[in-house]
Amino acid sequence: MGMTLTEKILANHSGRDHVSPGESVWVDVDVLMTHDVCGPPAIGIFNKEFGENARVWDKEKLVIIPDHYIFTSDKYANRNVDVLRAFAADQDLPYFYDVGSDRYKGVCHVALPEEGFTRPGEVLFGTDSHTCTAGAFGQFATGIGNTDAAFIMGTGKLWVKVPETMRFVFEGTSMPPYLMAKDLILKIIGDIGTDGATYRAMEFAGPGIKALTMEDRMTLTNMAIEAGGKNGVVEPDEITEEYVKSRTDHPYECVYSDPDAEYFSEHFYNLEEIVPMVAKPHSPDNKATAEEVEGTPLDRAYIGSCTGGKLSDFKAAAEIIRGNELKIDTYIVPATTEIARGLETETLFGTPLIQIFKEAGCKIGNASCAACLGGPSDTFGRLQDTEVCISSTNRNYPGRMGSKQSSVYLASPYTVAASAVTGVITDPRVFIQETVI
Amino acid sequence: MSKEEKEPIKGKAFVLGKNIDTDQIIPAAHLVYSLDDPEERKLYGKYALSGVPIEESGLPEGGIPLTQDEETKSEFKIIVSSDNFGCGSSREHAPASLEIAGIEAIISPSYARIFYRNSVDGGFLIPFESLKDLSTEIKTGDELEIDQENHELINHTQDKTYKIKPLGSVADIVHAGGIFAYARQNGMIEKA
Ligand code: SF4
Repeated sequence: MGMTLTEKILANHSGRDHVSPGESVWVDVDVLMTHDVCGPPAIGIFNKEFGENARVWDKEKLVIIPDHYIFTSDKYANRNVDVLRAFAADQDLPYFYDVGSDRYKGVCHVALPEEGFTRPGEVLFGTDSHTCTAGAFGQFATGIGNTDAAFIMGTGKLWVKVPETMRFVFEGTSMPPYLMAKDLILKIIGDIGTDGATYRAMEFAGPGIKALTMEDRMTLTNMAIEAGGKNGVVEPDEITEEYVKSRTDHPYECVYSDPDAEYFSEHFYNLEEIVPMVAKPHSPDNKATAEEVEGTPLDRAYIGSCTGGKLSDFKAAAEIIRGNELKIDTYIVPATTEIARGLETETLFGTPLIQIFKEAGCKIGNASCAACLGGPSDTFGRLQDTEVCISSTNRNYPGRMGSKQSSVYLASPYTVAASAVTGVITDPRVFIQETVI
Repeated sequence: MSKEEKEPIKGKAFVLGKNIDTDQIIPAAHLVYSLDDPEERKLYGKYALSGVPIEESGLPEGGIPLTQDEETKSEFKIIVSSDNFGCGSSREHAPASLEIAGIEAIISPSYARIFYRNSVDGGFLIPFESLKDLSTEIKTGDELEIDQENHELINHTQDKTYKIKPLGSVADIVHAGGIFAYARQNGMIEKA
């Protein structure tokens, strides 16, 4: 019997010809990523279990990207970055992206592809649940805890239970002008629920997916975890290889699902039939169409994070914001420093994106996770009270963006931008039809 | 710490609803404390479950925090929850904070996988799966006993017994006390 892409990668990395869902296998790890929140405790466990003088299994394969609590005066948060710094120096790690240095990147899941660490056919673990983002590149990527990370640091291996695969097939030839990948994934999560894919792989396939850019695919796989998925994955193609080859000359081998692979379930969608979506407070599966909640009053708009803080997300937002005055406080946080530079160089009708945002009165933050997960009280954009916020991020659980009393609506950058202009939730088709058609 | 296979787990129930995510278990603002420093570590016990809206904390009445104001240990030992406990982030601080607060086991019909895995591999607490949602039957403060040998949950306060699922493929890691102890027992890594 054939294997899915996920099964094949796990078989290849555990020295097996074949694996089936439900089996536990020990896999060899290609890349381990950690950041400032989970790195220090993982390092603590590594030293406790393997000894103070232990060396990591392969320093070329350990990537440390501080990104969560960076621009804060919180003494504990800053101490955590110091722990990473000392460890990177002591272990002589080549891939540490230190805060305050030229190498500083920002949000790890966007930094990993930019730096060439997301390669087809490989196994990547990270101490962050959105590590599943990297599945967009046709690899097996999933989030783990500190103990598991410490175990990998010492051994280069980890046990994995082979997941069943759910397949989401998209028909359609191109993304309609008002739609973004965020709408597709909010639709899926709304349909199957926040535990609809628990323990399973989510494979995104079909002509509709092949038509997507790498950034769009990353938005899809990023939120596999919001459906409980173990990993999200897209088969590699020319678009994948073009991106990867532009970022690294590290060798890799593409892996594809067999035609006779067995799936737990198959779900069919058509790009043309999906409309702008919103997840209402306080769960990513609390779905509505943007039209259904149109007119809901808002206090704030937020565009950022590994889900909605990529260059294409800001381009989309700028299309709508350009030339408009905004009714509510609007926060712009590029995921990485490379994207921050892109805001200066990328233009729309000759105006740099950054200027469009500044002229509209947006508040611009430094590349990092910022208010996506609340963070220390001085975090940029953090919700402090009973604010109602529309956000391009991925989670709206109670208190996620800071205050337990706040409410967060999740939406695409188009919808967030349209809502920022009007001050109430707004279906972006109102604007897109004006500007594009 | 090793959890003995046959040893029953006894204590007071703390009841929660569904989709208790990791931001509710330990709000992100608290993730900055060191887990290695014995004093700072205790803060995780103090703030465990502090992100749960207070009216939904300690059901059915609600209004009950897991740990009292300045305490770092809870009087409750067993969490009883509805579906999808531990969804959200991969932070191992979540099961760790519950252990620090004194929680030894959770009973839920389903878990988010990273939380489940972290609980087991870190040896923090035992995530038991119930056959049905018990969060509407069991009340916060009920005296519970988990009989691991017979896979049963006994509610002494209400005099009821429920079946729970055997641990299955993770039992060896749970009973070893986590992935490191397991790997040492099996010669995968050197004995400490
Ligand atoms: S941007 Fe948000 S979701 Fe992404 S890694 Fe940072 S905190 Fe997590």
